[in-house]
Amino acid sequence: MKISHHFDDATLIAYSSGTLNKGMALLVESHLEMCENCMEQVQTSNRIGGDLLRQIQPVAMKSGSLDQVLSMLDDVEPEAPVVSRSHNAEVPASLVEYIGDDLDALDWKTMGMGVQQYDLKFGGAGAARLLRIQPGVSVPHHTHTGNELTLILRGSYSDEIGRFQVGDVADLDDQLEHQPIVDTEHECICLIATDSPLKFSGLMGKLVQPFIGL
Amino acid sequence: MSKDKAEGADVNAAAALVEDKKKKIRDEWSACLSSLAETRDKLEFSRLYEYFAPRVKAYIIRFGMNPAAAEELTQESMLAVWRKAHLYNRSKASASTWIFTLARNQCIDRLRREKAVEYELPEEEADPDQRHYGEHAVVAQRMEDAIAKLPEAQAQVLYLSYYEGKSHSEIAEQLGIPLGSVKSRLRLAFSKLKAHWGEKSEN
Repeated sequence: MKISHHFDDATLIAYSSGTLNKGMALLVESHLEMCENCMEQVQTSNRIGGDLLRQIQPVAMKSGSLDQVLSMLDDVEPEAPVVSRSHNAEVPASLVEYIGDDLDALDWKTMGMGVQQYDLKFGGAGAARLLRIQPGVSVPHHTHTGNELTLILRGSYSDEIGRFQVGDVADLDDQLEHQPIVDTEHECICLIATDSPLKFSGLMGKLVQPFIGL
Repeated sequence: MSKDKAEGADVNAAAALVEDKKKKIRDEWSACLSSLAETRDKLEFSRLYEYFAPRVKAYIIRFGMNPAAAEELTQESMLAVWRKAHLYNRSKASASTWIFTLARNQCIDRLRREKAVEYELPEEEADPDQRHYGEHAVVAQRMEDAIAKLPEAQAQVLYLSYYEGKSHSEIAEQLGIPLGSVKSRLRLAFSKLKAHWGEKSEN
């Protein structure tokens, strides 16, 4: 898999410092499975956290806390190394826990205009959803009030930035208005995670907003 | 630039000594964690515990937990160190980086579980109190040299991310700057740190 679009460093720092919401963190993890480049960046940004831990002013533990933990050590088994179970490679392992490994078996909800969605229903501000977009269909022009991450799981699309294929991520914020269009005869399925609602522009966008409501 | 050459050399030598000492401490803990996987030696674990547990607790409190929950979560994190020690790879990360990621994940899991419950309760007033505001200058002194060398505006956004667990949008709001500026400061800080650290691994 050749990946040409990666995360913004700022996003990887947010991931490393633990400040992304659940959906966005899951999307980052899914991409990290496929992308050594971003994985390396995350290891570097984790180092900031490691340095922090050495420099921080310690806060004493209660007396007896070590003994408490020592008494539990014999009861815990060393964790087995993660064996990647064989699954449909189309769905990243991090995501399998939430949606299973068959994209076609999901309970897709039709939103009209060649778009279907599956909501991961994580709650909180923002959203995490899968969008399934038919060939030739374009998502209306929209900007974002916050951040929007997209990971392509099947097919491809093009927009003002470039062409996005399986494994690629689009990392967008309020600086950009874009209109993705599915650019082959195959459908495109992507995971989209946001930290605030999208703003659609134009009449078509205003019509579709209540349905997509991303 | 011949001015104060000798003195400059002294300062450099002193800085190199400090750097050496830090690296030694870092390496020592990494070696300790590495051998823990094989020896399963409780004495070795106790050493790690004595050093890291109070630091992990301090970090978890900063992330927004009350001290009692932080104490418990720290114990859970240190148990995870014991359970996962054999997965630690010294060539990829120092002990402190690895333990940081374990503690961070414990923290996130806990906060998410709590938040999931909170959503069902009436929303409380957002706390406008900026109690840590301005504290970053003090904390920056304690941070590793590389981070302390960053321009204050860049150190500040790193500080708010890692020390206070604030999202980009929250940082933008607190500092009264656009989201884009938060990100560009983080990007700049990150590229400077990468240049400073140079090598890909920590060891």
